[in-house]
Amino acid sequence: MSFRESLESGKFLVTAEVGPGKGTDVEHLLKAADIIKDRVDAINVTDLQSSVMRLGSMAFSHLLTDMGIDPIFQMTGRDRNRLALQSDLLSAWVLGIRNVLALTGDHPTMGDHPHAKPVFDLDSVSLLEMIGKLNSGYDMAGNELKGAPEFLPGAVVNPGADNEAALDLQIMKMEKKIEAGAKFFQTQAVYDIDLFEKFIRRVEGFKVPIIGGVILLKSAGMARFMNKNVAGVFVPIPLIKEMTDTKDKVKKSVEIAARIVKRLKNLCQGVHIMALGWEKMIPAVLDQAGI
Amino acid sequence: MIVGERKPMEELLGMIEDFERILVLGCKGCVTVCCAGGPKEVKTLSTLIRMDRKQKGRKVITIEASTELQCEPESIRPILEKMANQYDVVLSMACGAGVQTVAKLFPDKLVLPALNTNFTGIAEEHGVWTEACLACGDCVLGRTAGICPVTLCAKGLLNGPCGGASEGKCEVSKDQPCAWQEIYHALKRLNRLHYLKQKPQVKDWPVHPGRVVREDLREVETT
Amino acid sequence: MDNFEPLIAVFSCHYCSYAAADLAGSSRIQYPPNIRIIKVPCTGRVSVNHILMALEDGSDGVYVAGCLKGTCHFIRGNYKAEKRVQYVKDLLSEINIEPERVQMYFMSAAEGTKFANVALEMTEAIKKIGHSPLNKSRS
Ligand code: SF4
Ligand code: SF4
Repeated sequence: MSFRESLESGKFLVTAEVGPGKGTDVEHLLKAADIIKDRVDAINVTDLQSSVMRLGSMAFSHLLTDMGIDPIFQMTGRDRNRLALQSDLLSAWVLGIRNVLALTGDHPTMGDHPHAKPVFDLDSVSLLEMIGKLNSGYDMAGNELKGAPEFLPGAVVNPGADNEAALDLQIMKMEKKIEAGAKFFQTQAVYDIDLFEKFIRRVEGFKVPIIGGVILLKSAGMARFMNKNVAGVFVPIPLIKEMTDTKDKVKKSVEIAARIVKRLKNLCQGVHIMALGWEKMIPAVLDQAGI
Repeated sequence: MIVGERKPMEELLGMIEDFERILVLGCKGCVTVCCAGGPKEVKTLSTLIRMDRKQKGRKVITIEASTELQCEPESIRPILEKMANQYDVVLSMACGAGVQTVAKLFPDKLVLPALNTNFTGIAEEHGVWTEACLACGDCVLGRTAGICPVTLCAKGLLNGPCGGASEGKCEVSKDQPCAWQEIYHALKRLNRLHYLKQKPQVKDWPVHPGRVVREDLREVETT
Repeated sequence: MDNFEPLIAVFSCHYCSYAAADLAGSSRIQYPPNIRIIKVPCTGRVSVNHILMALEDGSDGVYVAGCLKGTCHFIRGNYKAEKRVQYVKDLLSEINIEPERVQMYFMSAAEGTKFANVALEMTEAIKKIGHSPLNKSRS
């Protein structure tokens, strides 16, 4: 079943994520994808994650299609202007890529080429509008395409915004993304379920499937790092303590993730598991969560 | 105002290395206000140049002058013409536009920039200036409570914030407020939060160099 | 070099260091004859260009003597002077002139001895640094 079919069927969705690395070595990523391929509906491929120069999302998404996996091609507005973005989307389509996740992208200063020119010709919202335009057979300038794609566009939302202004703005932008054609949302990692529930209550009226983000906690240190450095991610102190107290970090990590997945099952339409190299743990998480 | 900063002395001294008669030309406009290239700074720079040459035992004559607005031909023509045979080079302390105006009007004189022109900005306090306008050619301030997202949002986003802000600060710097959160607060104060729900915008970038023409003001017959 | 007698310009505030100089004089406290006092209404009046002009015109050293911090007659004049002195030091470094030739001091009108000590300290310091590179010819 393709990701679009799964989405339309209304089943509880499971997506995962791989981030191509710096260089041409893709063996371990392909292996990771292979381990989880039967347990997920789609795999996201990140677009120069954290503004670090890496192998491209389009190429790796294409490799996934070769393996019979439906990729979600992540595309940011950071590095390409509207010409390149549209052209890359057409290229992606002919390479068998069907789902696009439209993001604004981190600023180049966050990555390893901090003085690169930031492009941001389009942001997540205008990117979505443009995808809609391509789907309808035209480019942004209104020229007709000879052969149009039929992408399934998605977007992201950060439910953990840390103040009222930020959260209101996130929700307003979410509405704009829906108007611009977003058919599903994937969220930043959720740890504080009560907070997430409040968010869900505010947006459930939008009637667009939300896939809650889950990041496997690898250690207490990683949790503290994210609390300090990753916008909108907050790992509650008791969870950090669980990680400090355990002897078997992997087991604990899987257990915590499964617990979160279980609760998300009642709140939203799917989970997006970001394993950050621990992809082989994903089946165990899903098993424990009863999925 | 246009904000600039004096170039490092080493670079400046290198540029004037070959010359003995130097017109140090300030501007009484923006760069006076931002204390980078007005009459005072002309005096400072000229003195430093003379002190440097004296140390090296090399001759130099500095002429100190300032125009009203160096980007305005009428303001520079009289000064430069009057003294044309007294200097070999113009060291302009105006912004880049001033330097280029001099170059255009006096194609036979070499003009050197003494400043690095930084941005169009405002004084936060005496001694602190921040960028405010990128002159994008299609001002959106009316929708954003007078806070420019093109300039103040690190990504120049027009349709609301990215998700990168934390504790109200922009993802690129803890010292920089997230422009979109500022816009949110300002619109809320003004009871205009609904402005945020406007139709998504795509910025159509101007082609450089820009040119503004007002036929009613031109003296040349164009028809 | 041994008999080098530097010329030092002092920008002296009417309300404090100038009065302190007077006091030193009337109390017969000796201070070196190398200093030339320029009376200013407040050290806040001393600009970057004033200090540079003093150096260009032949001073081997320049110092600004203002009121003790918190006691400026015009509230912030001495703080402004202190920052300008620092700025001039930076400028001098940029053209390879010893920044130590320029200093800022604070004193009250009652400190005749301090006035004399500062004059001595500065004279000794400039003697150590030597002739200003701008007036090697003067002896
Ligand atoms: S939107 Fe911003 S950059 Fe554009 S003209 Fe207005 S203030 Fe300047
Ligand atoms: S954090 Fe705010 S100011 Fe910074 S790039 Fe994102 S939206 Fe713009």
